[in-house]
Amino acid sequence: MQNEKDFERRLEQKGVSRRDFMKFCTLLSATMGLSSSFVPRIAEAIASAQRPPVVWLALAECTGCAESVLRTTYPWIDELLLDIISMDYHETIMAPSGEAAEKSLHDTVTKYQGKFICVVDGAIPTADNGVYGMAGGKTFLEIAKEVCPKALATICIGTCSSYGGLPAAAPNPTGAKSVKDAIGINTVNIPGCPPNPINFVGTVVNYLLFGKLPDLDGKGRPLFAYGKTIHDQCQRRSHFEQGEFVTSFESDEAKRGYCLYQMGCKGPETYNNCPTVKFNQGTSWPVQAGHPCIGCSEPDFWDRFSPFYKEL
Amino acid sequence: MGKRLVIDPITRIEGHLRIEVEVTNGKVSNAWSSSTLFRGIEMMLKGRDPRDAYLFTQRACGVCTYVHGLASVRAVDSAAGIEIPDNARLIRNLLLGAQFLHDHMVHFYHLHALDWVDIISAMKASPQKTAELAAKVSPAPRSGVSDFKMVLARLKKFVDSGQLGIFANGYWGHPAYKLPPEVNLLAVSHYLDALRQQARTARMHAIFGGKNPHIQSLVVGGVTCATDLTPDRIAEFQYLWKETMDFVNRVYIPDVLAIAGFYKDWAKIGGTTNFLVYGDFPDSNKEPESFLFPRGAIFKRNLGKVEAVDTGQIEEHVKHSWYEGDKALHPSRGETKPRYENLDVAERYSWMKAPRYKAEPMEVGPLARVLVAYGKGHAPTRKAVDDLLKQLAVPQEALFSTLGRTAARALETRIIGEAMEGWINSLVENVKKGDTKIYTDYEMPREAMGAGLNDVPRGSLGHWIEIKDGKIENFQLVVPSTWNLGPRCAKDKMSPVEEALVGTPVADPKRPVEILRTVHSFDPCIACGVHVIDPKTNEVYKFKVV
Repeated sequence: MQNEKDFERRLEQKGVSRRDFMKFCTLLSATMGLSSSFVPRIAEAIASAQRPPVVWLALAECTGCAESVLRTTYPWIDELLLDIISMDYHETIMAPSGEAAEKSLHDTVTKYQGKFICVVDGAIPTADNGVYGMAGGKTFLEIAKEVCPKALATICIGTCSSYGGLPAAAPNPTGAKSVKDAIGINTVNIPGCPPNPINFVGTVVNYLLFGKLPDLDGKGRPLFAYGKTIHDQCQRRSHFEQGEFVTSFESDEAKRGYCLYQMGCKGPETYNNCPTVKFNQGTSWPVQAGHPCIGCSEPDFWDRFSPFYKEL
Repeated sequence: MGKRLVIDPITRIEGHLRIEVEVTNGKVSNAWSSSTLFRGIEMMLKGRDPRDAYLFTQRACGVCTYVHGLASVRAVDSAAGIEIPDNARLIRNLLLGAQFLHDHMVHFYHLHALDWVDIISAMKASPQKTAELAAKVSPAPRSGVSDFKMVLARLKKFVDSGQLGIFANGYWGHPAYKLPPEVNLLAVSHYLDALRQQARTARMHAIFGGKNPHIQSLVVGGVTCATDLTPDRIAEFQYLWKETMDFVNRVYIPDVLAIAGFYKDWAKIGGTTNFLVYGDFPDSNKEPESFLFPRGAIFKRNLGKVEAVDTGQIEEHVKHSWYEGDKALHPSRGETKPRYENLDVAERYSWMKAPRYKAEPMEVGPLARVLVAYGKGHAPTRKAVDDLLKQLAVPQEALFSTLGRTAARALETRIIGEAMEGWINSLVENVKKGDTKIYTDYEMPREAMGAGLNDVPRGSLGHWIEIKDGKIENFQLVVPSTWNLGPRCAKDKMSPVEEALVGTPVADPKRPVEILRTVHSFDPCIACGVHVIDPKTNEVYKFKVV
């Protein structure tokens, strides 16, 4: 209780009232598919540690999502790690290895059961009892089943954990599945290959600052980031309307920045905010670099949208 | 018979790695390296459009992002007989150069440094003395007394919170840590600075690549960033390059040297025997003759004799890997039938195959590149190496070590960074005279074979493609970490990391920080190392789980 009081005081300093906070907890419990009896427990959960404990599970992945989060600049990654959250397990950057690393995972899952946030990047191989992915002698399937249900919430970062992604591309050699499909829990999904760190950090930080989880679409994606199509926000949209298309990467049309629709752009069927927030401190995004969108935040895009250079 | 020790997972790497060692009288007497993730990217490529390959293969790894994409477009370029325009070559070189700068910096500070730097000891440092030390090591920004006071205050607040996050359960206070508190504080301070610098350095990729990780401006035939060949964009790239080189020259390289000075015993630990380099950074369409880093092979540490490379002599072995049979085959004829039974280091113990050149294990990567360039008389490399040896007062043999590997990575970062200036200038010259061509049109062949050989941050990377009916019939990757971190071969010869680990001291088996030093010196990147395809049947083999 004392922890909760301290937490409320800190929230108030940031201009968040107890009422807002409880509303957020109610929303969170609804999102997670929990009954209203969980609301006080969630409130206690979030308030119980100074910095919310986070466990990051890297499964069948390429570490691109972890690298992407390293590129965050609002806040910078050192602020995220030292001042905002407590990243208690993250194989790519944590100091200990082997048993000592496993202890870090075990300690947090035990001490903060129902209170830590679990982030997953990578799909879960399920064929042949999951032998295609192992860490510490356990399959990823076993690890996810053990850790995710004990978390306050599971955030899937990247298309692999959200929807299966690359490992699940045909013929899906390892029976890779999303976290939701592999272990049957609801997740908040931040898809992209990799996603813009703004969308991940935005979700986490909003949750801490404003006491509410963003609204999600039917595919578990926060609407603030994935509410509109690329096409509707694209800087090259006027060229589309005027029928000005690139037909070869060598053409004058390419140099003039015309629409890439005929080169296979998947912008019209892809929901994401790339054109507005852009990547790497707003430097650019694929269409600005002259390449068609490949639809990397959509489920099944590796098969549904390929061959990638073919017009939709 | 020594005591067996298993470290699983190895952290601060990309991917999933398990290391088993036998420790006798306080030293590693035997070692086995196992990769424990399998995704099967090559299987997914069969039957797809060859132009799409790079988008898939780039996802082999998000740490060494870009490089698999580059290897794939080069493989298809070569299959289709395409000569890319000069600007495309320059932009591809600049993107690869930016990847080296970013990757090596992150490796040193965020993946490797905590093997040498004790973050808790740093808290005992005097900010005054640290500032004095910093002034001696290198003139760098943020090195005043008040800067170090702020870092200390931040650390103290962090530790006092009781939530140590990524630093919890580290091997702090281990007797193998030798740095005085002030050097530790300097390094911790730069660990934090580098976290921000790497995000800025990665912006170089976004300028000509749209984003990082996983750029999206490569295509078979060239690059697509037609609207970014403008003075403001090139100037932005140049600014970020300058800022990064400033960090490399004032912070990264001086830190490596300062820390190395306290760990000279590691110049005798962790060496290997043979080295292989495909070479990279073409200066014209003549490959490999125009490479900045030359192609070559060195056997038995003989720097006086750098041999030409015959890629036909590469074979992949599977005797100790989770695949059927024990045939060793060239990657272009790769036949791979996965079969997991259990992990048994005496039998089969990894998803990686064991590549061998002329039947020998070969170390690839920064040390190999520096040694081959040195052996071939590459002037900037000779100077960098000779200066390093002089400054540390160690003999040439010291290069064959854990320390040598880590130092070589820093040296080549500077050499590549300096070469980038020339490519930026050439790009400016071309644009100035009106040459903005970045792409060559081509016709995709119905049937063809191609290879893309690169040298990338972790070493020599090869992609091989076979096209049939205009589609991918077979695609094979032989990647740096398979060379360095694979298992034993048909003749039971150890892989480079296994060889390097033998002789490594282990003071406390419960806290094996010394083993991490040698493993991390290879900068393991594992996800790309494991791949499989059966081009004939495309069948997913059933695994027997015991």
